[in-house]
Parts: sequence; C-alpha cells; structure tokens
Amino acid sequence: MGNAANSAAGSSAATGGLRAWLNKRLPIDEFVQSQLVGYYAPKNFNIWYFFGSLALLVFVIQIVTGIFLTMNYKPGELTAFDSVEYIMREVEWGWLIRYMHSTGASLFFVVVYLHMYRALVYGSYKAPRELLWLFGMCIYLALMAEAFFGYVLPWGNMSFWGAQVIVNLFGTIPGIGPGLVEWIRGDYGIADSTLNRFFALHVIALPLALALLIVLHIVALRQTGSNNPDGIEIKAKLGANGKPLDGIPFHPYYTLKDIVGIGVFLMIFAIIVFFVPTFGGLFLEAPNFTPANALSTPEHIAPVWYFTPFYAILRAVPDQRLGALLMGLSVLVYLFLPWLDRSPVKSVRYRGWIWKLALLVFTVSFLALMYLGLQPAEGRYVTMARIFTTTYFAFFVLMPFYTRIDPVKPVPERVTYHA
Amino acid sequence: MADISVADDQEVDQSRRRFLTAATAATGAVGAGFAITPFLLSWLPSERARALGAPTEVDVAKIEPGQMVVTSWRKQAIYVVHRTPEMVASLPKNDAKLKDPASADSDQPAYATNEMRSLKPDYLVLIGICTHLGCLPKQHFERGDKALGADWPGGFFCPCHGSKFDMAGRVFDGSPASVNLRVPPYEFRGDTLVIGVDEQKGVA
Amino acid sequence: MRKLAIIATVLALAAPAAFASGGEATASWQQWHAGNALGDRASLQRGARNFMNWCAGCHSLKYVRYQRIGTDLGIADDVMKANLVPPGAKITDYVVSAMPASLANASFGIVPPDLSLITRSKGTDYVYRFLKTFYADAAAATGTNNLALPGTAMPHVLSDLQGVQQAVFAQDGQFEKFEDGVPGQLTAAQYDAFVRDTVNFLEYAGEPAKLSRATIGIWVVLYLLLFTVIAWLLKQEYWKDVH
Repeated sequence: MGNAANSAAGSSAATGGLRAWLNKRLPIDEFVQSQLVGYYAPKNFNIWYFFGSLALLVFVIQIVTGIFLTMNYKPGELTAFDSVEYIMREVEWGWLIRYMHSTGASLFFVVVYLHMYRALVYGSYKAPRELLWLFGMCIYLALMAEAFFGYVLPWGNMSFWGAQVIVNLFGTIPGIGPGLVEWIRGDYGIADSTLNRFFALHVIALPLALALLIVLHIVALRQTGSNNPDGIEIKAKLGANGKPLDGIPFHPYYTLKDIVGIGVFLMIFAIIVFFVPTFGGLFLEAPNFTPANALSTPEHIAPVWYFTPFYAILRAVPDQRLGALLMGLSVLVYLFLPWLDRSPVKSVRYRGWIWKLALLVFTVSFLALMYLGLQPAEGRYVTMARIFTTTYFAFFVLMPFYTRIDPVKPVPERVTYHA
Repeated sequence: MADISVADDQEVDQSRRRFLTAATAATGAVGAGFAITPFLLSWLPSERARALGAPTEVDVAKIEPGQMVVTSWRKQAIYVVHRTPEMVASLPKNDAKLKDPASADSDQPAYATNEMRSLKPDYLVLIGICTHLGCLPKQHFERGDKALGADWPGGFFCPCHGSKFDMAGRVFDGSPASVNLRVPPYEFRGDTLVIGVDEQKGVA
Repeated sequence: MRKLAIIATVLALAAPAAFASGGEATASWQQWHAGNALGDRASLQRGARNFMNWCAGCHSLKYVRYQRIGTDLGIADDVMKANLVPPGAKITDYVVSAMPASLANASFGIVPPDLSLITRSKGTDYVYRFLKTFYADAAAATGTNNLALPGTAMPHVLSDLQGVQQAVFAQDGQFEKFEDGVPGQLTAAQYDAFVRDTVNFLEYAGEPAKLSRATIGIWVVLYLLLFTVIAWLLKQEYWKDVH
C-alpha cells in the first residue's frame, strides 16, 4: 500500500547502495518499470474497474485470516463447532479474525460478481481476451468450491445440511451417482471423514489453485492489456514513444486510484465486521449457531446468498436430474460467452437497443433468482423462478442471433475521457 | 498530442506531491500497525489457557505427615510434602554436602529463601521438575534407602541422570543438577494451599 | 469518488438494523420485541443473577466462564464467588448445569439445551416471547404450555414470579388473548423487566465480544475515513497530469 512513496520518490543516496546491490541480484526496478510504470492502462477507467484489485485484496485478507483461524480451529465432528466458539470467545481477538474471514467470504463474491458484470457490460470477454475470461471463470469456479468447503467447516446445522444437499447433487449423475456420493463423503453420511477432507481442500488445495489461477489471469491481462468502458483497443493508436496515446502508466496513476478504492472498500468491510457481522443472517445464518445434527433438518434450508441464483434454478425444475443439469449449465454457460456473442462491438455504449434489452433481462433474472433462492420453494415463488430461469437461459441461448441483428453504433477511434 | 504532460517542475507542485505521498504512507503504516496487532495478540495465552493456568488449590489437612501429594499448576508437576518434625530437624545436617545450602543461586520466592525453603516448616512445596534436564525426581523419603545407600538422609532422586535432592529440594554435591529444585509462588488460606497466587494478586 | 461514497452509504443503510426497538402494548405476541440493551450494565448484572438463580439448575452456558462474566459485567471475583458461582465450582470453570444429563432425561424426557447460543440461533425476541407466553394447559404433562414453543417439555419454572396466565383460543384454535390466572409475586411490569434482563444477559452470553466491537468499529471506520481522504488528495494531485 505504501509502495507509491518509495518508487515515486526515486532512490536517495542512502538507499542507492542497497538498491544497486539488490538489483544486481533480483530485477526489482526492472520489474516495477516493466510491469507497473511501463504498463499502460486506458485512462478512462470508471468505478467498475476497482473490483479487480479489490478481489485481489480480499484474497489476501482471506489467506491471512484463514492462516490465523487454522491455528485454533480443530476439524473433526466432535471438535469443529466447539473450536469455532473457542475462537469467538477465548482466543484474544479471535472474534475479529473470524468475522473478517466470514465477511471476507461474502464480499469476495460481491466484488467478483461486480468484476464479472463489468466484463459483461463492456464486452471484456471478447477477442482478444477470451483466455483471460476463461482463467477468470476458472477462478470463479474454484472460488465457489472454496466457499462451499469453508461453509462446512464451522459444523453448524446449516453447514451439515448444506453439505448434505450439495453432495447429493452428484448422486443425480446417471450410473455412477450413488457410488460417487459415497466416495466424496468417505462415509454413509456427511461425517468426520467428509469434514476433514473438506478442511484439507479448503486450506491447502484450493487456495493453491486459486493463487496459480490468479497469476495466470494477471499474466494474460498484461499480454492483451485492459479493456475499457469504450471497448476500444488503445494499442491501435500509439504515440511517438511507442506507448498507447489513450494509456497512462499503471503506476502511479492506477496504483494511487486503487488505494482510494481500497480505502472505501475497507470502510464498508469494517462497518460490516464491527456492526453487522451476520448481516441479518445473509453472511452468517442463525441456524448455523446450532451444532450439526443428522437427525434434525433446519426448518428453512437455503444456501448462502451467492449460490442462490443457481439454487433457485435447481428448485425451479420439476425433474431432479434435469434440475441438477440445468443448475450446472447455468454456471458453466459463462465459459461460452466469448463465442456466443457475435456483436462487432464490445461496450454497451455502442451497442443497440436489442443488446441493452437483453442485458436488462439478464440482470433482472439473475437478481430475481438470487432473491427467489432465499425464499421457500412454494407457490408463486416457484412459478416466478421458472419464468426467470427461462429468461436467464434465453439471454445466453439466443445471444448468437440477437447480437448479429443488434443495431450497433459506430465506435470512435479514441476513448472518451473528461478530466 | 501527449495525454500525460508529466510536466516541468514549474507546473507540478512537487512539494505538495512529496507531502501527500509521505502523509499517505505514514497514515497507511500506522493503519497497518494497528491491523497486525490483533493477529499478533491472538498468539497470547487464550482465556482457556489462562483458566487452566489459574492457581491450583490443595487441602493440606488431608496430607498425612511424611506423605506427598502431586498436583499440577501450569502444566508443571507440583510436589506438596507434609514433612515430619524429624525431617525438618535433620535438614541443617545436610548443609555440608549441598551445592547451594542457602539457596543463594536457586529460584524461589523471597518467603521460601530459607533453610526450610518454605513458608511453613511443615509443608514443602516444589516444582517437581529436575533442574538438570527436566525429568520428574522420585520420592525417596526413607533414611538409608536401599537404592541410595546407608548414608542417604531422605529426599528426592532423579531417575534420568541421578541428581539427588534433600527434603527441602536442595541439590547434593555430585549431582549433575547445579541448582535446587524450584519453588512456585504460593500462600495458605487456612488449610488451603493456593499455588500460583502471585498471578492473582500481582505480587511475585 | 462521489459514486463510491453513495454506494458506501447505501450499503451501510441497507444493512439490517441490529436492534429492534422495544414496546409491545397491544400487539399480538408474535410482534413482541425483547427491547433489551447490551449497553445497560445493571440490566446485564441482574440478568446474570436471574440466570444463575432460575435457569442454571437445568441449563448450561458451556462456552462461558464465571470469571469472564465477572470481568465483562464488572462484578468482582469475590462477589461472583459468593453469589453466582455454585459451591464446588471454580471461578474459572464454564457455567455447566448442576443437573446430570441422565437425571434430566428421566425428569423431562429431554436434556435441557445449552443456552450459550440460544439468542444467536433463535433470536432475542424468540427467547423473550418464549418466557412470556407460558399458559395453563391441563392436557400438558407439566400443567403449562407455551405459544412460542408449543408442547415444550419445560415446566413454567418462573410461575412463582409471573403466576400462571390463562390463554383464550377462538373456535378455530387461533390464540386470542391472555387472561389473568394464578397470580405471581411480580407485577406484569416487573416480570417483563425480569425477562428483559435475562434475555439481555443471554444475548451477551451468545457473543461476549458484542459488548466492545461497535466501540472499536467506530475508531476503525474513522481511521479509514482519514486514510481515504488523504489517499484521495494524493490521487487527485497525480491525476492532474492526465488530460
């Protein structure tokens, strides 16, 4: 966070000796020069462009708080719940570390969803950034797995029954289903062995995978350069210095701007952690303060809010197997986005009314499904979930057609920017 | 047309930039300091550890003369011996054979820095951990104990490396241990011996 | 920046209010709110006393230590030992019920639940309503029943204080109102305060950190506000370059 000071100020005589010594052995200055100062980003980024760096920040928060939680958390069906309460009550500042981790989990999805929505609005997944989008989707899928495994660890009654429902989804796979479910659990029900393997995946396997995928995502971003709200390739117009005319050095301009974004984000983060850590039952659910009980299902069982759009789709379909299939597709369909979209234009700013309408339908469907997934599966909720499931999929399935006939506007050569 | 006029020094207020950079870095550093504090403090003994490390109470009225009770305080074995008058009377005779008879170099509270190494002559309270390498010395209170020879005056014998201590936990010459067995802080409340009481009252 | 500020404000406002205001008056029992205040230390102390005298015989607070209650609620160790710690228990012990599980099972057919997290899993309002809606029911084994938890195995242990009220049901079984029955030692207002204090203590027991976290939070947010303003000034200064 304070790096801006060092590199902006340049090397003084006192640090020059050490700096020269270091640079002979490790290309620090070269890295800063090529990756931060020498990397030109479009100058017309708006608020939507904060969420990438914020996602990275939340990742770091989760890793650090996670490491410290692991020091006192004890996986195991007899110890897990008690050890969480031990952290909340008896470890010095344990409650803060735990609330940071539970709040971080939900805010991770908030920033990742906004980050993905940005890509959708400005066409950031389109050529030449298909691979960047695919790496991002892999991060999202890994994050979903990470969140699910983490949710099981406190071993409350929602943890238990959430694990039960999600793991049983794999039972709908024809033929191998029942055997597969047993293999995932390592027992005849969700049990100690399940909890322990989920713990291993949550604290080691998936964080490693996420770190690797994040590196790939950033490397791919550096190769193509960032998209921008105008959806214009700034590399097409180079200045005399060989740098994009519409670009500015990432450092100091975007490092400093991101620091402001981080400040605002941390304020929201702190307000939740210190004042409303359960967020009215959305971030930490009340039934999860009851220990796991294989003989008692909570009255109203719903996943955490970030999974509810897909859960609503699962429940909307009257056939068990088809429901699981559609739920899987509703997540995986984003992988095909770069090839479904046939529009010559990236940004919504220069697209026609058909795309704008489609985007609106998608936005409403996604948010409605998110709400419906939190409601009981009965009556008009089911009817509405079916309608929005249809419109949700229509957005993707019809995309190759409506994007071709969409009346797009001419795209300017240079980005729009008002100082 | 250059979109960034990283301008001449006349145009850009460099001192304002330097000041704001320093201010941001300094404020950020203070915040980072505060942010890591809870993580560092989480390594302190937890409330559970402190509860388990709370003073241990022993009812000394239930210990027969010549008997020893082993309890624990902060995960260390604590020996509480009800010494007979003969045991107490024989202590000064050991002085010539001891490494530190006056406990000058040994570790005990001020009130136990005496011949008896105790608050009350009748009761010996020791941390039962050999000052040599940490084994638990065994009780050999019998004079002329078979294993330790006819001139054994009674005391403790560490089975690991053969350190010998008298009935006040003082180490004999020829032992690998160099100082006497340690004495924990304690006090009596009637017949109740409270071990580790200094943590409660803040006195050493 | 202004947009960010707006989003932050909206998020903060959208966050559900942590406390519902009290007051019941004529509302039906489902609308009753506990209306307890964690900041009221005297109420917490009375609640601790209520719990130890009336609840702790059967219910435990297995994650809470006597000593921690004393520290958090400002009760000295010797006062705790003399009044709230049962004989035979150490002040550093967890608040564990004096009643063995086997005896409880024999008496009630169920082990009385641990109450450490009852306000977190069920809410303070639920506990408040539960303690106030016992009514005489000859059909129940305990002689009383409860609106918040119908068929509860728990007898109305507070009947000495509240008395036993009568419930009036409509033809369709719908609850209509309470009527006076056997009177207790406390007036309705006194019993209400008794229950509110007890619920207050249970909310504290559910999350001891709640007593301090909002206070810390104010400082953290103020710091972040300062940091963000300085960082924003710095960013504005550098962005003057960009035209």
